[in-house]
Amino acid sequence: MAKEAADVNKMPKKNPLSLQIDLQKFEKATDEEKKQADVMSESTSFFRDGMRKLRKNPLAMFSIVVLIAIILMITLVPVIVPYSYSDIITVNGKRDKSATNMAPFTYSKLEQQYIDEGGKVFPHIMGTDELGRDYFVRVAYGTRISLLVGVFASAIVLVIGVLYGSISGYFGGKVDLIMMRFVDVIYSLPDLLMIILLSVVLNEVLKFDGNGILARLGTNMISLFIVFGLLYWVGMARLVRGQILTIKQNEYVLAAKVSGAKSSRIIRRHILPNCISVIIISAALQIPSAIFTESFLSFISLGVKAPMPSLGSLASAARSGITTYTYKLVFPALMIGLITLAFNLLGDGLRDAFDPKLRR
Amino acid sequence: MDKNYKPNPENLVEVNDLKMYFPIKTGMFSTTPLKAVDGVSFSIKPGETLGLVGESGCGKTTVGRALIRLYKPTDGDVFFDGKRVDEKSIGTLRKDMQMVFQDPYSSLNPRMTVEDIIGEPLDVHKLYTSRSDRREKILHLMELVGLNAEHATRYAHEFSGGQRQRIGIARALATNPRFIVCDEAVSALDVSIQAQVINMFEDLQKKLGVAYLFIAHDLLVVHHISKRIAVMYLGKMVETADADELNAHPIHPYTTSLLSAVPYPDPKVAKSSKRIILEGDVPSPLHMPSGCPFRTRCKYATEQCSAEMPKLTDRGNGHLVACWNK
Repeated sequence: MAKEAADVNKMPKKNPLSLQIDLQKFEKATDEEKKQADVMSESTSFFRDGMRKLRKNPLAMFSIVVLIAIILMITLVPVIVPYSYSDIITVNGKRDKSATNMAPFTYSKLEQQYIDEGGKVFPHIMGTDELGRDYFVRVAYGTRISLLVGVFASAIVLVIGVLYGSISGYFGGKVDLIMMRFVDVIYSLPDLLMIILLSVVLNEVLKFDGNGILARLGTNMISLFIVFGLLYWVGMARLVRGQILTIKQNEYVLAAKVSGAKSSRIIRRHILPNCISVIIISAALQIPSAIFTESFLSFISLGVKAPMPSLGSLASAARSGITTYTYKLVFPALMIGLITLAFNLLGDGLRDAFDPKLRR
Repeated sequence: MDKNYKPNPENLVEVNDLKMYFPIKTGMFSTTPLKAVDGVSFSIKPGETLGLVGESGCGKTTVGRALIRLYKPTDGDVFFDGKRVDEKSIGTLRKDMQMVFQDPYSSLNPRMTVEDIIGEPLDVHKLYTSRSDRREKILHLMELVGLNAEHATRYAHEFSGGQRQRIGIARALATNPRFIVCDEAVSALDVSIQAQVINMFEDLQKKLGVAYLFIAHDLLVVHHISKRIAVMYLGKMVETADADELNAHPIHPYTTSLLSAVPYPDPKVAKSSKRIILEGDVPSPLHMPSGCPFRTRCKYATEQCSAEMPKLTDRGNGHLVACWNK
């Protein structure tokens, strides 16, 4: 250091006629001043960067809020509201047969009488259905079932699709060829026909006893899950395979091989983390499509078993009284619309935030 | 594969008649082999550097990758420290043979911190006793290649090209290898950074005694770092000699033309030297010319050249040349 400092003082003297700047006027930078030059931005991981972008997207944030509200509703409503989705309203221990097809926030004669006597009756926020069951609870339960189907079906698709696609893409060559022809065969099967056939067959084969969640969902729902597991994963598998085919060309994958890493480690540590954004996005977009399929199947009465409601079966039941009791179609349809819209917007937001190809 | 081939015990790496063909689809059912590497032999002694030069697409990288078993060679023998390198032995040899890649931008995983990138070989071979031991080893490696300790938690995209290449080198050094393939390790860098990285390679060789196979297309760089230089053309080795000998007395017409194309930083020398400009293009490796592959562009070509491929013959002092006429 001392030597360098001396060098500075030995800077050549300026020729008075030269236009060059006088080097002797310069002072040597201290160590502290040198440090100021290496300004470093805060280290950001890919995930944090993506979340920051997502937070700036008002539509995505709005759909997150909507989804959280819906999840809160379906968890809290059955706890707070004193009615059950399958029971006809009883007043003071007596079954209230007059409480059918009531409009929102109205009370039946028996209930009114009970209130007049000083009893307390929880209001029917969305009215009651044709059998005298509280509609709000039924819609909440229906949403719960629809969301469950959506999340569960896309989880099945995610697991099978990612496993299958990553193996096919990573090993390539003949393995890839055979695995992808199998995918092509599955792709060509008509999914709706398969669901109908499977639910007919499963109805005979599977018998769920007792009151478990499987028994209450009914064989139609189980066959829907099975069909998702059998057929719907192919899109995800193709997507993952395509991603992996491009990612495995990168030299860091070769470097990991040179390090002696095994295939499972390379897939886990190097390949999947680099296509995880695409996987998450397409899983998020898979949820509304599963909910839509479920609603559609329930609408054509291939969905959940009665008395368990789903949004589709509620809408289907409301069809008969559409002119007189319009609100009974409006509520479940509104929920389906809200859920699918929120998931679609969230998926779009995730893609904008995490897809490196869309970086601005 | 020659089962009876006996490697020289003095050599750390020995390659005999290495062949690497890639099948290329030419029709619905037919494939033609693309002869990327066709019968290459060389050896490297411990702590020595062999430079491998040649133009783009001549199979330099393929030699490096087949050597380190990233590709399964079609034919030929590779020996490391007297042991045959094959499917069985490579697992134990990985620790001793490493590679530095050409592109510092794609050779580092963008989702991993520097610490994890350098630590990966340590993880794979379980070369540490505890988390703190791992961290200490990584910091030592980073210091060795001139990176600061505070860089450890950063991601690859936060670094410049030269720094990234240093990270790649630190990763290659993590297992304490005896041999490193440097595949165009400095080609993607600026000249000033190139000099830094090359000096670092030399320092590390002095400190750790690693041998390098230094693949490049810049003859000046290769001459600076290598003890011996091998010149490749279309998958074949055409000339091998000590670095100074090759520079002063190139024999093969391809080598002479390559050397005449080297830009010298002295304009006087540059003006006085005559460029030998080769006619035509490199033939496609799918349709290799018969005999010597260089004959289509060689002004000395005779009928013998198209009839038979010349063998590498010793012209004294270990200067091997494959040419009929020179």
